[in-house]
Amino acid sequence: MNSGSGKPVMVIGGGIAGLTAAVELADAGCAVILVEKSAGLGGRVARMHQYFPKLCPPACGLEMHFRRLRGNAAITVLTLAELTSVSGSPGDYEAAVTVRPRCVTESCTLCGECAKVCPAEREDDYNYGLAKTRAAYLPHGMTYPALYAIDRTACPANCRACVDACRYGAIRLDEQPEVRRYSVSAIIAATGWKPYDASRLDHLGYGRCRNVVTNVMLERMAATDGPTAGRILRPSDGKEPRTVAFVQCAGSRDENHLPYCSAACCAASIKHAAYIRALYPETAITIFYIDIRTPGRLEEFYARASKDTNIRLIKGKVAEVAESPTGDLLVTAEDALANRKSTMQFELVVLATGIVPQTDGLPEGFRRDEFGFLNVPNRNGGLLAAGCVRRPAEVSFSVQDATGAALKALQCANRSVSHGR
Amino acid sequence: MAGKLGVYICTGCGIGEAVDGEKLAKVATSECKAASCRTHPALCGAEGCAQIRQDLAGGAVDTVVVAACSPRFKTEAFSLNHGTVVERVNLREHVAWCHAPQDENTQMLAEDYLRMGVARARKTEPLEPLADEISRALLVIGGGVTGITAALEAAAAGYSVFLVEKEENLGGAAARCKRQTPAEPPYTAVNGDGLTARMEAVLYHPRIQVFCSARVVRIEGQPGMFDVTLSIEAGEHQIRAGAIVVATGWKPYDVSRLVHLGYGVSPDVISNLEFERMAAAGRIARPSNGQRAESILFVQCAGSRDPDHLPYCSSICCMETLKQITYIREQDPEAQVYVVYKDVRTPGQYERFYRAVQDQALNFFTKGEVTAVKPGAGGRLTVAVEHTLLGESIQLETDLVVLATGMVPNGSEQILNLTYRQGPELPVISGGFPDSHFVCFPYETRRTGIYAAGAARAPMDAAQARQDAMGAALKAIQCVELAAQGRAVHPRGGDLSYPSFFLQRCTQCKRCTEECPFGALDEDAKGTPKPNPYRCRRCGVCLGACPERIVSFKNYSVDMIASMIKAIEVPEEDEDKPRVLALVCENDAYPAMDLAGLKRRRYDPSVRVVPLRCLGSLNIVWIADALSRGLDGVILVGCKYGDDYQCHFTKGSELAQRRLENVKETLQRLQLESERLQLTQLAINEWEQLPQVFDAFVERIRKLGPNPYKGF
Repeated sequence: MNSGSGKPVMVIGGGIAGLTAAVELADAGCAVILVEKSAGLGGRVARMHQYFPKLCPPACGLEMHFRRLRGNAAITVLTLAELTSVSGSPGDYEAAVTVRPRCVTESCTLCGECAKVCPAEREDDYNYGLAKTRAAYLPHGMTYPALYAIDRTACPANCRACVDACRYGAIRLDEQPEVRRYSVSAIIAATGWKPYDASRLDHLGYGRCRNVVTNVMLERMAATDGPTAGRILRPSDGKEPRTVAFVQCAGSRDENHLPYCSAACCAASIKHAAYIRALYPETAITIFYIDIRTPGRLEEFYARASKDTNIRLIKGKVAEVAESPTGDLLVTAEDALANRKSTMQFELVVLATGIVPQTDGLPEGFRRDEFGFLNVPNRNGGLLAAGCVRRPAEVSFSVQDATGAALKALQCANRSVSHGR
Repeated sequence: MAGKLGVYICTGCGIGEAVDGEKLAKVATSECKAASCRTHPALCGAEGCAQIRQDLAGGAVDTVVVAACSPRFKTEAFSLNHGTVVERVNLREHVAWCHAPQDENTQMLAEDYLRMGVARARKTEPLEPLADEISRALLVIGGGVTGITAALEAAAAGYSVFLVEKEENLGGAAARCKRQTPAEPPYTAVNGDGLTARMEAVLYHPRIQVFCSARVVRIEGQPGMFDVTLSIEAGEHQIRAGAIVVATGWKPYDVSRLVHLGYGVSPDVISNLEFERMAAAGRIARPSNGQRAESILFVQCAGSRDPDHLPYCSSICCMETLKQITYIREQDPEAQVYVVYKDVRTPGQYERFYRAVQDQALNFFTKGEVTAVKPGAGGRLTVAVEHTLLGESIQLETDLVVLATGMVPNGSEQILNLTYRQGPELPVISGGFPDSHFVCFPYETRRTGIYAAGAARAPMDAAQARQDAMGAALKAIQCVELAAQGRAVHPRGGDLSYPSFFLQRCTQCKRCTEECPFGALDEDAKGTPKPNPYRCRRCGVCLGACPERIVSFKNYSVDMIASMIKAIEVPEEDEDKPRVLALVCENDAYPAMDLAGLKRRRYDPSVRVVPLRCLGSLNIVWIADALSRGLDGVILVGCKYGDDYQCHFTKGSELAQRRLENVKETLQRLQLESERLQLTQLAINEWEQLPQVFDAFVERIRKLGPNPYKGF
């Protein structure tokens, strides 16, 4: 039932869900066009230090995926690209993709001379704004495709330093956006998620108190290639924190913010506690929670943490975070188990902000539920969704979901091919 | 192989500045006897690649060695005609970018890598893929939600399916439920999920053959050609399938073990399953007297999240209880409902349903642990709850107690009855689930072509099980499609190589059949291995295990690696230039080395790296070869092992460590220090530690002094 003669499947999003869908489809004999908005594949997981519960590095699985992509004729990877319109019906869609200029061609060898001479800086989204890169940048060390990119919005006027430095003629500063049209059998939206905007959580101190960070920022601090080279430090003074508080459901399960549960934050904070325990064995950790949600075998991960005497779990919602003159944080929370409100002092506060579905710019046709997730059944349709854009979930759920979506897409691809085995 | 060898040296990206390209070319032509050698300032560019193609087309060259960047880059540019052997030598990340330019030691390193690459190319033979008749039909075991979905969705993609159900009827656990928990909008409505319609669709689907009241008696063979013997009412029945989905579902935790929660104490203490049946039958009442229950108490985590019972969370019981409360509300708006929970777990959009039920009057949710359920006054029940929100112990009087018991997988006993040498069932991990051990590859199975799905794989609800069924069905489809091309499945997806066994020299030591992580090798009565190449994942563990060196791949063999080791030039003892062989895992340690190069981290240039498919493919003869050649030490770098192992071939570095221990004993007999051997576990993101690891090892070797066997 090789669908080589069928139309390709388009996958939107090159994070773990999209990558999985693409590679799994290609291995099943189906041609794939993988469309990624940023300059490189890997999405959110590429920015994580480790996965829970094994505390293993995401780069390991990504490298396995990338290995399947290298020189694979069945998969076309488009980066800096977005799906802009769709028309047609299952088995037969026309998809228009706008490809923004990378300004660097396949001739790039990763030699890095362009970044060396580049005079301009840009905010490093890979590091959630905790660092800067040059305007000529490599998204990160394990990135795919292995090509630099130039952020023209950051370039000084008339600067051609990179062009002059490149010995391989790989830079084309005059590249223009381009619209490409594809005939595809199905489209999987695997556009992932974005962290809930912590600046809306004023009462929790984000933006107001220097030492209140979010869980995704902490993830970057823990990473070897992150802004602090793997050390978790207080932003205000670069000190190693001796007391850390985690505020669970920061925005989630809250009618004023996200009414749903973001599903992954409990296990993520337990993982973050493990990072801190490994780095600073003396540091005391407090986790404020409503319910600890670690389903399935993740329970064993939680059970291990709950036995750790340096990790204190307090059932209670944090009402307010304030800053002391030393930069320490005064956290006021109700302790539901002790039935009292109390204020405690910490050196670092981590907000476990939730998962918001990333559907910006996605064309009509992908149906949203009341929360904006693409979780409206579309039983025989060809516009599918997988991963965190369908429902908030941890990585292995998203991978499972993407593999399932790949089968639905394969059905569309095979529909035009003769059946009968 | 390799009649006419062409060596192509790139001098771009700083290689030309770091090493002397002309000297390298001389090594290629005079030492390595290359038919031709060319250098180019940007070999991966159009001009350089065209030159290689032209030389191949003209017949001047038939085997290519590209000495440029890491093989992880420019793959497309250097992938030549199918069948041409192309060997990459990493002069950029592993030489120019991490060692001092214009230095004698850097030059020696580059020259050694070139010699090693040529040796490898000369020992590589073109691949001849497996090409057997492959069955593309799928076998699905279990006819519940998961099995039905797997069968229907695979059939909709054009594949034939055999569906085997042990009961008389399809439907499994879900068919016994009154309604399903809401997984789609609106998230507050319990409803049927179309299971009945799908059961019918399966029965009448032209590509699905259903066997009810049937069991799998025996499975022989391998992916693409599993010969399955079924026991059906009429006797035994033979079918052939290409891949298998295990969708055997779950059973409730044995509620009779929950005496401390009152089960058996009173007929009014029932399990959630019994409650579901009661509701499905029509009326909720106290079993003891058939009277209305004015108050009903649900005990969550009855058996789950309990080290004495089930250590895991059963994932579905919170939502099931919420659903069951809606049954009560439909019948009796006045009844009082208590839920005693540890944590309410309604992830994602399920939170909406929790909120809706929580907001209804007379539903009380209390955090706490039920410690006893006893008969109370007036025929009621007294429930003792500790660790409540108020920090005190309380007693609740109620009419009916429902124990929210969890799920136990049905996937590991007498399901498959494989005739494999390594046992009849899927290996299980904690909790008895035949789950994958990997976060990013939930279908990574240790029995190739056999994929568990649904509650047999991990605790999950019906909605997730449906998605999981599709995922497993896709993996099964993928397996037969790859098998049809003679290709390996994940993690070496697409690999056309496979091991061959020179059995005349086999001594029946059984190491390979014991150590194969995927149960690919069976045995005859004498203990001679019987390879099943379609079960093979091409890791090379058998190659490493074999003391007689009879296992080899066309492009990976004991002889090949040995030749690479022999290609390393060993300086004289008085030159103070130690030589260290590093055998590294190509999946994690090798990319980590590339990254160290990309970040321009320097380390000792005495180290010569040979990538291995997996450290489990380490054959100890390589260590003997290295030491007898006069190399001063051998370091192995591979994945982390132990409970949270990261090796995708299960225990590669653990096996290597064990083999290393055996060699160390031999070394001591030869009066060689065992410190000359070391295994380091390193994750791919720990590249920053690599320079330190190498430097420290070389330092230790320097302290030990030169290998006394040098020069012999």
